[in-house]
Amino acid sequence: MDSDDDFMSDVSSQDDFLGTQGSEDESLGEDFDDLDAGFSDDKDLIKHKKKPYEVEFKVLDPPDIEREQVGQVNEVCAVLGLPPESVAILLRFGRWKKEKLIESYMEHPEETLEEAGLGSNFEGTAKTERVPGFMCDICCEDGDDLETYAMRCGHRFCVDCYRHYLGQKIKEEGEAARIQCPGDGCNRIVDYKSLDLLVTKELQGRYRELLTRTYVDDKENLKWCPAPNCQYAIDCGVKNRDLRRIVPTVRCFCKHEFCFGCSLNDHQPAPCKLVKMWLQKCEDDSETANWISANTKECTKCNSTIEKNGGCNHMTCRKCKYEFCWMCMGLWSEHGTSWYNCNRYEEKSGADARSAQAKSRSSLERYLHYYNRYANHEQSAKLDKDLYLKTEKKMTSLQSQSGLSWIEVQFLDTASQALQQCRQTLKWTYAFAFYLARNNLTEIFEDNQKDLEMAVESLSEMFEKPVAELAELKVDILDKTAYCNKRRVILLSDTAENLKNATTFCVRGVLEILRILHVSSFDEGFSFAQSISTTFDPLTMKCKGFPWETGGHSAETEPIYADQMSLVRGLQSHRGSACPGQKSRVLFSASSPRLKRDLNLS
Amino acid sequence: MGSIKRISKELTELTESPPEGITVELADESNVYEWKVIMEGPESSPYYNGKFLVKLSLPTEYPFKPPTVSFATKIYHPNVTNDEKGSMCLGMLRADEWKPSSKIAAVLQFARQLLSEPMPDDAVEGRIAEQYKNDRGRYEEVAREWTRKHAC
Repeated sequence: MDSDDDFMSDVSSQDDFLGTQGSEDESLGEDFDDLDAGFSDDKDLIKHKKKPYEVEFKVLDPPDIEREQVGQVNEVCAVLGLPPESVAILLRFGRWKKEKLIESYMEHPEETLEEAGLGSNFEGTAKTERVPGFMCDICCEDGDDLETYAMRCGHRFCVDCYRHYLGQKIKEEGEAARIQCPGDGCNRIVDYKSLDLLVTKELQGRYRELLTRTYVDDKENLKWCPAPNCQYAIDCGVKNRDLRRIVPTVRCFCKHEFCFGCSLNDHQPAPCKLVKMWLQKCEDDSETANWISANTKECTKCNSTIEKNGGCNHMTCRKCKYEFCWMCMGLWSEHGTSWYNCNRYEEKSGADARSAQAKSRSSLERYLHYYNRYANHEQSAKLDKDLYLKTEKKMTSLQSQSGLSWIEVQFLDTASQALQQCRQTLKWTYAFAFYLARNNLTEIFEDNQKDLEMAVESLSEMFEKPVAELAELKVDILDKTAYCNKRRVILLSDTAENLKNATTFCVRGVLEILRILHVSSFDEGFSFAQSISTTFDPLTMKCKGFPWETGGHSAETEPIYADQMSLVRGLQSHRGSACPGQKSRVLFSASSPRLKRDLNLS
Repeated sequence: MGSIKRISKELTELTESPPEGITVELADESNVYEWKVIMEGPESSPYYNGKFLVKLSLPTEYPFKPPTVSFATKIYHPNVTNDEKGSMCLGMLRADEWKPSSKIAAVLQFARQLLSEPMPDDAVEGRIAEQYKNDRGRYEEVAREWTRKHAC
């Protein structure tokens, strides 16, 4: 129990830490109190202080969304003095950007109406009519008693044809906001009043549903919950450009937690861009990486990956024709006549080459380090699903064995949920850490990560104990659960705060990213660097906020700087073309599309 | 069927007063959904003097769904596929552009218009479109050659 005691003492010190955090939160919280009111509907979210990694959001159900639309239509109606059904079309055309739309209407009313698919004639009400001598242009039926309809554009068709047309658009093509008049060449949009007049209740419902869907798709602050069969949408004010600083995890009424930025499952603390890059990298690398690491070396001149599949040690790179010794990686010309017996270990070119080799090897090892941990937590998270089911069984059997009540065994459920959530976070800390440069903040981050990991592993261990021991462990498990949650909050809060300050988290230099991504992804690395730091200057390819730009060189920043410089040079000189060579083969693996791309092999 | 009345009306109009260079008839008298169209190459085009057999099929949902147009006679043209189908891609025949009040006459006239003025930017045969843009002389030569071989 010694170790537990240690943890307990940790907890109390963390309490202090949280205490100071909390007071800061309070002052922040006051500003947001009004906005927070939206939360009160959600029973799960008992009024609590907003943590630095949490974002404001609201869950909307379809009627809410419809009310929102109606509200905005009415608002604009009041300003423009147009009928609501026309304003709805205008707003949909302008993607619900009210101010811009009103402005454009005020400046060029006729053009705006025309572009939106509205005429400038707003006379008359929607009603069907019988017109003597009428013949429908669609079905060619005529007759004085034929019920007909025309919108304000005057293109008149029989009600049956109109109905059929609308039904097909709505049911088969899933169209709603942009259904045009059936008239040849007429771009007037069918308004809801016409629609309600003509089609069945069922179709009207479907029409509204489709409109709501386009409404949510059109609005930047709304997103559907991606969970299967979930009908809710989330309203969150986080903008696309904020995504490099904020990881906006939201929680739907259906309990699904996802990132508002990219709709993937919650990936705090890693920002969306990094997550995307990481997932792409894993997809490209994971299977081939191990094999490459074990079986290949890189050409010291052009970095092509080479597999030696027989023959002597005299290698000629197929790509850049560099001749070298496979054993020592040194220049072949320095070998003289000692062809098969490499005794050149002390020579300089060999030593340089090997260090370059080691560097590139270590970058792969570095990736594998993070990947293995990431994958481990992902795997554990999958096992957690089973664990959750086991938990339920455990709770029932614990109940019957120990005489505890259902309420009293809930601590296992809480523990199980904490485990799952913490593992999810841990998983992404490894993807995040992979892209971080070494500095103080990274070390603090890694300390936080370590603390959380240790806490999770020890809780996990307790949790797997035989049912008979669980009742005894109840207090410990409760404590450990609380501790895990606390560590998670600390990690996420720290990271979120540092992310908000652009330059404090030094994402590994753009060129390092380029190296990780390989050179073919230059644009991606480049745009990533731009997105991750507002201070990135595309001309100098440096981040202005990096230490050496502001505070000059120091022992601490020197290695990062040198690393970046060597990468710039490497990038500049890295331009080789494939050519056949003796006894060496530029490796390409069919299973890695990226490798093929990088090696210019198609 | 409402559509039969519409189709017969259009067929009558087209046979009684056919647009320039276009003659239509039913491929099979008992089926109003399959039309046989003879399209004459416009004078200003390398297809001049050629008679092209064009098949026009109407879906049962016509006129709510658009007809399809295909060349049964081989033709060297950027907007007609160079295979046994001879499919033609017309903007107005896309499901979301088609209007139930659009007429077959307009479709056919548009198709014939395309013979004198191909639209290389919406091509289905990229190679021919390229040639049309960069080496007009050669394109016209080949188109004329094909017309002689297949359409006369």
